[in-house]
Amino acid sequence: MEKSLNWREFIITRAIKASGYSAIVFVALIFFFLIREGVPTFGEVKLDSLFNIRWYPIEDYFGILPLITGSLIVTLGAALIAVPFGIGTAIYISEIAPRWVREILKPLVELLGGLPSVVLGFLGILVLSPFLRVFLDLPTGLTAFTGSLLLGAIAVPTVVSVAEDALDTVPRAYREGAWALGATHWQTIWRVTLPAARSGVLTAIMLGVGRAIGETMTVMMVTGNAPVLAIKLSSLFSPVRTMTATIAAEMGEVANGSTHYHVLFFIGMVLFLISLGVNIAASSVVFRSKKRAERILS
Amino acid sequence: MKRIFILFLLSVVILTACGPNSSSATASDSQANYIENKGSDTIVNLALAWAERYQTEHSDIRISVTGGGSGTGIASLINKTVDIANASRKIKQEEMEEAKSNGVDPVEHIIARDAIAVIVNPENPVNELTLQQISDIYSGKINNWQEVGGEDRPIVRLSRETNSGTHVYFLETVLRLGNKEDKTLFSTDTLLLPSSEGIVAEVRQNPNAVGYDGLGYVPKDLKMIAIAEEAGGAYVLPAIPTVNDKTYPIARDLYMYTNGEATGVVKEYLDWILSAEAQEIVAELGFVPAK
Repeated sequence: MEKSLNWREFIITRAIKASGYSAIVFVALIFFFLIREGVPTFGEVKLDSLFNIRWYPIEDYFGILPLITGSLIVTLGAALIAVPFGIGTAIYISEIAPRWVREILKPLVELLGGLPSVVLGFLGILVLSPFLRVFLDLPTGLTAFTGSLLLGAIAVPTVVSVAEDALDTVPRAYREGAWALGATHWQTIWRVTLPAARSGVLTAIMLGVGRAIGETMTVMMVTGNAPVLAIKLSSLFSPVRTMTATIAAEMGEVANGSTHYHVLFFIGMVLFLISLGVNIAASSVVFRSKKRAERILS
Repeated sequence: MKRIFILFLLSVVILTACGPNSSSATASDSQANYIENKGSDTIVNLALAWAERYQTEHSDIRISVTGGGSGTGIASLINKTVDIANASRKIKQEEMEEAKSNGVDPVEHIIARDAIAVIVNPENPVNELTLQQISDIYSGKINNWQEVGGEDRPIVRLSRETNSGTHVYFLETVLRLGNKEDKTLFSTDTLLLPSSEGIVAEVRQNPNAVGYDGLGYVPKDLKMIAIAEEAGGAYVLPAIPTVNDKTYPIARDLYMYTNGEATGVVKEYLDWILSAEAQEIVAELGFVPAK
């Protein structure tokens, strides 16, 4: 009897360990594959034509700058919408709303998170983009801004649920201490609860931004996919082409092993490095703030 | 919308139709009465109509049809995953070499003809353009409808993605006016939309937009532009008679490619496609019969 229990324990610990390591293995394998398929780009395309402003692969123009700036501007717009909205909603749900409102709001936000992005894309094409064209008097409604709005809507539920969980774990004693010192409700939220939940809130933002930069279907449907260099403020209201949409739209046609194929993988590498950068930046901030908090508490 | 829905239905049908043998099998060793047909989005509705009719007459044959673009279809033929590739352009030299090195010998069959219609919103007062004007619009030399006799509105250029045979055909025949030395490209701010549906949806609601699409896909509520080959020439609207007497300047052949000369059920199917019965479906769908 005891022996079989030991066996079971052994298998379960091993299984859990294996699934833990598998995440690392998968990321390493994916990155290895990206490098293997993407690195030949450097032998086939000159650096100055790779970092150029013209993307027209069927005539061998492989300038990826418009795609990088396109992705960045759409993601930046989405973050500017999702972060204030998401954290505001999280604060409302966790700190202000009465219990019954909270019980309705929370599942609703989670439902919004479950919406398939292609459905939002349809809404974007049929409702949002015609509305924006008329409302903002633009030549066309298929712009980076349309993409940002929809990506914001996609990122908000992620930000809300993670940030709300973080606010929830702040001990009640912190708030009570602030109130006892005479702080108002708002001062307590802004000066005590939110800083105490800082690492969780930063994780929420990071996950939201990650969701936005990797999103493909919606941006492909609503941003117009014109490979224009997006570095002016007005670019937000013109069509752009993102890295994800480029890979999705063109991967199906390329011949295996051609230059175009390698460049698409190179774009995948750039995308991977950008999200890696976002992750590292965010976790270093989280790490530092934790150290400081620990110092103060001890 | 309807086409995307049809594509979706199709993929469901294909998924369910893929038996344990066919899902992983390549075209060469699949069951003898199963035909895999893939490629041009321009042809997909036509190929679908043909496949449906043919299967009601030959209940033992199963045909699966998918879109994705001419480039996608030819790439699949080269990778030996389809029996018939649909293409709205001729196979390129590089693709031919790639096929040869992979042991595939693409054989061309002309199965119908198609006219490319240039479409605008019905609110747009412009009715006629010359080929040169359309070329200048898409290359970015003309940026306002006023310059071609319309209202003072910016021009929003719409195009299919670069994997579309229609895109390549439009580039060669209209932008470069058939001149092989010409290196004119689409203006960078041309919107590249992933489907014909996207173009139709945008033109329908945006009076600034100009787009192009196969004649069979233009809905009745959009306006087609009459086109003259050169300034001073007659402006011609796309239609079956004007394509057949070659007065409409942007018309092309549509192709199916097989690996080597077709044999067995594939050959029977291709022969049937060129029969009077099948070519009648061509005309019903707004294309032009091959004969």
